[in-house]
Amino acid sequence: MSEPSGALWVYLGESPLAALTLTLVVYLGCHGLWDRLGRPALLNPVLVAIVLIASVLLAAGINYATYFEGAQFVHFLLGPATVALALPFYRELERLRRSALGLTVAVLCGSASAVLVAVGLAWVAGATPEILASLAPKSVTTPVAMSISQELGGVPSLTAALVVLTGIVGAVLGPAVLDLAKIRDARARGFALGLAAHGVGTARALQAGQTAGAFAGIAIGANAVVTATLLPLLWRLVADGG
Amino acid sequence: MIAAFTLLLVCQLVGEVLVRGFGWPVPGPVVGMVILFVGLVVRGGVPPSLDRVAAPLLQHFALLFVPAGVGVIAHLALIESEWLPLALAVVPGTLVAVLVTGWTLQRVGAVAGDAADR
Repeated sequence: MSEPSGALWVYLGESPLAALTLTLVVYLGCHGLWDRLGRPALLNPVLVAIVLIASVLLAAGINYATYFEGAQFVHFLLGPATVALALPFYRELERLRRSALGLTVAVLCGSASAVLVAVGLAWVAGATPEILASLAPKSVTTPVAMSISQELGGVPSLTAALVVLTGIVGAVLGPAVLDLAKIRDARARGFALGLAAHGVGTARALQAGQTAGAFAGIAIGANAVVTATLLPLLWRLVADGG
Repeated sequence: MIAAFTLLLVCQLVGEVLVRGFGWPVPGPVVGMVILFVGLVVRGGVPPSLDRVAAPLLQHFALLFVPAGVGVIAHLALIESEWLPLALAVVPGTLVAVLVTGWTLQRVGAVAGDAADR
């Protein structure tokens, strides 16, 4: 390879501008294609964009930290976007109020099932205590899941990866499962996606409509509070008992 | 528009400060969202400028997860060596949680009544 093009590759590999542009271009391409093909669940733009970008980084030998220097500008917007969920909540206030009892019961059952089934299956498959602790809070939104994982003796950065994978599985396959179970109400669908698949599920619910989006957003917060308060206590009880 | 975006950041920042100050087990942006929500209730409506800033953020909420998702590549070796328990936890584990949550909410009857909310 000649000198100037070598320098060009180094620039592209290390420049935050290139990483940010790559993220946006790939996402827009995936979103456009997905839209044009009639929005098939398996071509979920988040999933395809992640796979494509990860492949580019692996093929080019660029490490994640370098990529994130550019991608962090997109990542940063998660905070204000989460705050902006107040708008759909406000518009759906009446419906939320009417569902208060159902939401409370659903959060408790949903949070418990999210932890128990995941930990139970992994335990049967022979996971180490460290892996079990890392995946227990996987349905919770990333920052809270990482701190719960730390408290239980897991690996917080592995938890972050599992949280995203969980979100993608929920967003891609969750609606089909809800269809199969004949759960058609937008509120129940949105709440289920937000609880089991946090923000990625909420993004999927928002695509279905404002009502589903608002209920998904509520579920993220409710699941974070319930899991963060109860899971460490229960974990200690089980660990002491065993 | 800048003012509306600033408002989102101010709510988030106040949320982050409260969460750290009181050791609450929720993310700062979620508290920021509650603060903005209370503000909207008090004000009795959504200002159009806020709506113009919030709409594209919510419409492309999914994009914002791409950078974190690419982080999976940092754990490929571990995921490969522990693939069975992780796959069982992530795929059936998540789908059961979707099912239990949706089914419970539909069953408790809180959502009975208006089928128009599809």
